[in-house]
Amino acid sequence: MDSVWLLSLLDSTVRLAAPLILAAMAGYFSERAGVVDLALEGKMLAGAFAAAAAAAATGSAWLGLGAAIAASVLLALLHGFACISQKGEQVVSGVAINTIALGLTTVLASAWFGLGGRTPSLEAGARFQEITLPLAETLRPVPLLGPVYAELVSGHTLLAYVAFAAVALAAWVSAQTRFGLRLRAVGENPAAVDTAGISVTGLRYQAVAIAGVLCGIAGAYLSTAQGAAFQENMTAGKGFLALAALILGKWRPVPAMAACLLFAAADAVQTRLQGVPLPGVGQVPVQLIEALPYLLTVLLLAGFVGRAIPPKALGTPYVKDR
Amino acid sequence: MSAGMTAADGLPRWVSLALLPAINITVALLVSALVILAIGEDPAGALWTMLVGAFGSGTGLGYTLYYATSLIFTGLSVGVAFHAGLFNIGSEGQAYIGGLGVGLVCLTLGGWPWWAALPLTVLAAMAFGGAWAFIPGYLQAYRGSHVVITTIMFNFLASALMVYLLVNVLIRPGQMSPESREIDPSLFLPTLHDMLGALGLEIDVTPLNLSFFLALAACLLVWLFIWHTRQGFALRTVGANEQAAHYAGIDPRRTVIVAMLISGALAGLLGINEIQGVQHRLMLNFPAGMGFTGIAVALMGRAHPAGIIPAAILFGALYQGGAELAFEYQSISPELVVVIQGVVILFAGALEHLFRPALVRLFARRGDRAAEA
Repeated sequence: MDSVWLLSLLDSTVRLAAPLILAAMAGYFSERAGVVDLALEGKMLAGAFAAAAAAAATGSAWLGLGAAIAASVLLALLHGFACISQKGEQVVSGVAINTIALGLTTVLASAWFGLGGRTPSLEAGARFQEITLPLAETLRPVPLLGPVYAELVSGHTLLAYVAFAAVALAAWVSAQTRFGLRLRAVGENPAAVDTAGISVTGLRYQAVAIAGVLCGIAGAYLSTAQGAAFQENMTAGKGFLALAALILGKWRPVPAMAACLLFAAADAVQTRLQGVPLPGVGQVPVQLIEALPYLLTVLLLAGFVGRAIPPKALGTPYVKDR
Repeated sequence: MSAGMTAADGLPRWVSLALLPAINITVALLVSALVILAIGEDPAGALWTMLVGAFGSGTGLGYTLYYATSLIFTGLSVGVAFHAGLFNIGSEGQAYIGGLGVGLVCLTLGGWPWWAALPLTVLAAMAFGGAWAFIPGYLQAYRGSHVVITTIMFNFLASALMVYLLVNVLIRPGQMSPESREIDPSLFLPTLHDMLGALGLEIDVTPLNLSFFLALAACLLVWLFIWHTRQGFALRTVGANEQAAHYAGIDPRRTVIVAMLISGALAGLLGINEIQGVQHRLMLNFPAGMGFTGIAVALMGRAHPAGIIPAAILFGALYQGGAELAFEYQSISPELVVVIQGVVILFAGALEHLFRPALVRLFARRGDRAAEA
């Protein structure tokens, strides 16, 4: 296992982690405000389709990103309407949005592009390109730090950097800003927030909308940065994985990001281990490695690694006159 | 969980049980019509094609009821969990593993006659499905991990396990696609066509088989269990108010586990219809989302067997009508059915209160007028 191998493994870990991190941060805002967000998967999928469709039609990655955010926010507001205004079952609403997104993206893709649920392949200009950070090539000869900077830090798409920035932003907003403190309060004790004269409904809608924006970016990442087209069900459970990471991270931004990186690393290792026997263990079934994130989540939730305590008001609609 | 509860707002029973769901499904169909319009097709024509495709011929009806069979099992599965206040999103995985049980028994029993094997395959379906649901149930009851998240994880785990087994262990030698060898034809469940044929009646050949009657029997048993047994009462009490149940001397933890076991066992029975009834081999992804659709069926049917049967037939008709639609209209893909399902889940489940206040006002006014007269 040489350093080049390790570096490329870490590099793909970062690539695979970016959409998970964006979705996990989306879940962070929503769930901290007390709204269960099972709809991460559907919002991401809708974003991925909207981005690819708009980018294919206009040739602009930026318009694609805008469309992704718009589509995802629309679904987020629908989720908000059901969960906040109508006080509906939040889990059911999430399941509904995932189902609608899965069906609608395929139906529209088939109808608009006639490629059986795919969008056309995107030209270079319609995608987010990898960015070479300043001095990456100049610093490359520097031992250790040079290759790490050139390979691992530099050379990702803008949206990947946005993902990591989102973690910092989420951590800062929720710890340092008035909005963030209120947001967390509304997930723990909405009655207290209401008593303080702040709108519970307003705050929750804002949180849900932020989740929509982040899921939209996550979707755009999948179809216009990492990939070059939309494919049917291209999220394939990533939304649920992000939710699991959020819970593993005990509803905190940085640990949630760490969980996303862990899941992504398992994914990156898995693609490299296919058909390669491990010393002492033999060939590990690919499916076992694929299943690791899910197993890990179940084990953690069972309290073997430390109990995760959700926001107190998570999943309960706020009723004023109770 | 509101499913199955009677209205506290004075709405007549038939309004809450029939009119409200009917309004919800109508609105869902109207929204779906907008999608068809957006594709540039005629919604009325498309909906008519679906209706005729699902009910307009013996073949269509047979397919509709075949899909409904699977949906009755998964709908009951989700419904029983509802009554205990649990959201079982894992029916899909439980059905998958239940089918594995059926397949393994069938592959082992060789040339047994189907009627001798059926008790064993039913037992295997329920045991495998129940076992897969037991773990999330146990973790919820004793370790405090939420059943929604664990059952989602168990769906992925079931899928990974089945890929592993089908690719590496159960695959028919010398074959590329990951599926087992076919089970012995003597084990095939008789189709309705065979059964009626023996009585001298000729109907269209469809996958509809004996499992349909098994599904109806399951409805009866679930109804008896939930409303006429001590354990069923305990289950509903825990669902309504866990603390009150505890004070009443009911062990909520035990009840949660029992509810999940039964829920998983019911989902597992989908394997009887799919594996022993129709596919006759183990293959990848045979539950095909029926476990998730079971959520919609249970919501529409208010978690009551008498509601679940028509809801399952409705969704079965959507599958069959949708297939017909995709066949007739080149521009409409079969996934339109998935959209309609999603919209129905949205209106019947998450937005179920949307039209309730208007109806309450309407019926309150009528009540006043009746009182004045």
